[in-house]
Amino acid sequence: MSDSATSSQGPDGSVSGAEITLTDVTKRYTRSGKPAVDGLTLNIPAGETVMFVGPSGCGKTTSLKMLNRLIEPTSGTITIDGEDIRSKDVDDLRRGIGYVIQGGSLFPHMSVADNIAVVPGLLKWKKQRIADRVDELLDLVGLEPDRYRDRYPRELSGGQQQRVGVARGLAADPPVLLMDEPFGAVDPITRQRLQDEMMSIQDELRKTIVCVTHDIDEALKLGDRILILQEGAQIAQYDTPDVILAQPAGEFVEDFVGSGSSLKLLTLTRVQELDLATQSTATIGESTKDVIERTRAAGDSSVIVLDQRRRPIEWLWLRELRSDTIPATEDPKLITIDRRATLNDALDSMLVSSHDGVIVTGRRDEYLGVTTFTTVTDHMRATEQAAAEQAAEA
Amino acid sequence: MWQFIRDRWQDIAYSSYQHVSLVVQSIILATIIAIAIAVLVTSYRRLEPIANAISAVGLTIPSFALLGLLLPLLGIGAAPSVVLVVFYATLPILRNAVVGLQGVDRDLIESARGMGMGPATTFFRVRLPLAWPVTLAGLRVSTQMSMGVAAIAAYALGPGLGPYIFTGLTQIGGANALNYTLVGTVGIIILALILDAILLLIGRLTTSRGIRV
Repeated sequence: MSDSATSSQGPDGSVSGAEITLTDVTKRYTRSGKPAVDGLTLNIPAGETVMFVGPSGCGKTTSLKMLNRLIEPTSGTITIDGEDIRSKDVDDLRRGIGYVIQGGSLFPHMSVADNIAVVPGLLKWKKQRIADRVDELLDLVGLEPDRYRDRYPRELSGGQQQRVGVARGLAADPPVLLMDEPFGAVDPITRQRLQDEMMSIQDELRKTIVCVTHDIDEALKLGDRILILQEGAQIAQYDTPDVILAQPAGEFVEDFVGSGSSLKLLTLTRVQELDLATQSTATIGESTKDVIERTRAAGDSSVIVLDQRRRPIEWLWLRELRSDTIPATEDPKLITIDRRATLNDALDSMLVSSHDGVIVTGRRDEYLGVTTFTTVTDHMRATEQAAAEQAAEA
Repeated sequence: MWQFIRDRWQDIAYSSYQHVSLVVQSIILATIIAIAIAVLVTSYRRLEPIANAISAVGLTIPSFALLGLLLPLLGIGAAPSVVLVVFYATLPILRNAVVGLQGVDRDLIESARGMGMGPATTFFRVRLPLAWPVTLAGLRVSTQMSMGVAAIAAYALGPGLGPYIFTGLTQIGGANALNYTLVGTVGIIILALILDAILLLIGRLTTSRGIRV
């Protein structure tokens, strides 16, 4: 594999992103009118995910599009990795920045593989290297290369299209990824899954991600930092989610973040902070008799089936096991959440799960354990109690 | 009738070949012209009503009259015939190409630009392939029409099956008049059908499976 591609797969903590700075950036669409973006100055540290949120018309999308020069600023300077973005040819610049927009915006006349291969193709990579990279990326976003490589966008679900969109954005391993309302066009459950996957991908890659959203919960969940913008891209607050929830800077932010901030804490606590319950598992091809014996001994009445790469594919009651060996049937409706999912997501998923818990997965969808309704409520009660004691002391 | 065809078999085959050749070459030229104009029209919004007006009015000009007007400029033979056929062939293709190009989702174009495709790459890899099915539909209409228009070229002593029709019409009442006219007319119809089938096949081969209806 190429140097750049391998470096992106480095162990946790190795940052492959680049720093972005905006200095006094202004955009006026008409000479006399109000500027859409008025003197925005901002520093985005390398390897962090920064969410741009704000009401519609606040200039968040304009600000994003100025980063890859789809919109040229009227004045001000933008640098990526210390380099002024105007010093490069505009197409070269864009090939080095991933760009993902709502719905994935895949080219309908190109297969999944061709869509992902667009930027590597423009960069004149060798054929074999492109093919390897396509498979690697499909794997990364949780789509089996052999099954999805040659499909066309219209043969995919909305969530799958969005996954391919993300893969396409990451194709040439750019240090910076720009996302414009990436998960706006899918249903809530799919959106939550995509967000989880996004987080686990980011965990691995540590890119600099700039993501526009109008959904404050999404921002709180995904962002290392959140930029809350008012009209004219005036910064209302730029800080980490905890600080924004704990100390909102002024009425605007308070209103925007919304009430019920104790409920919002559900959005800040991750599933990995809970103790996961264990649940019997089985691997495809194992003898059913052994599995049933083992499961009964553990006191469970159901078993989670894992594939060879320890990804959960099905959650079966023991009475549903009829064949001699564990079958490789995949349950398309199986709901799993990433370990970095929020408690909010976990509760959502439990409501639609047919078991009394939900499966938690780690990197690349690997099985970690199960979290149940009682663990979540216990945790909430404990936090509330702690908060109340703290308040009493103060 | 059979005797008539058997006697002139070689000439009929040659004229048919000439007829198809005139149409095919004109269509290729017309397609290039139409797409070039369509690109202009879709990049400069103000040109659109003008283009629409021209393509609407253009089709109402009697082909016979246009040929007459071309004769003093281009003389007789192949030149005025090609210009005549190209003129009429361009209009339906232009109209469809404009509709097709406008139908391409703006998000897709922005996506392409945002990934670092230049204007030309964006056109050939995204806009044209997506506008192609609609454009091709115009191309088929155009081809059918051109087969008929090409017959008129006989008046400028152009190539093709047109002379058969005119010979028959001028000799009306004569021994072979009906045979001449029928061979010309039916010949053109058969050729048009074959050409349409070929275009249909080309359409299947050149349209991505991802956007085929």
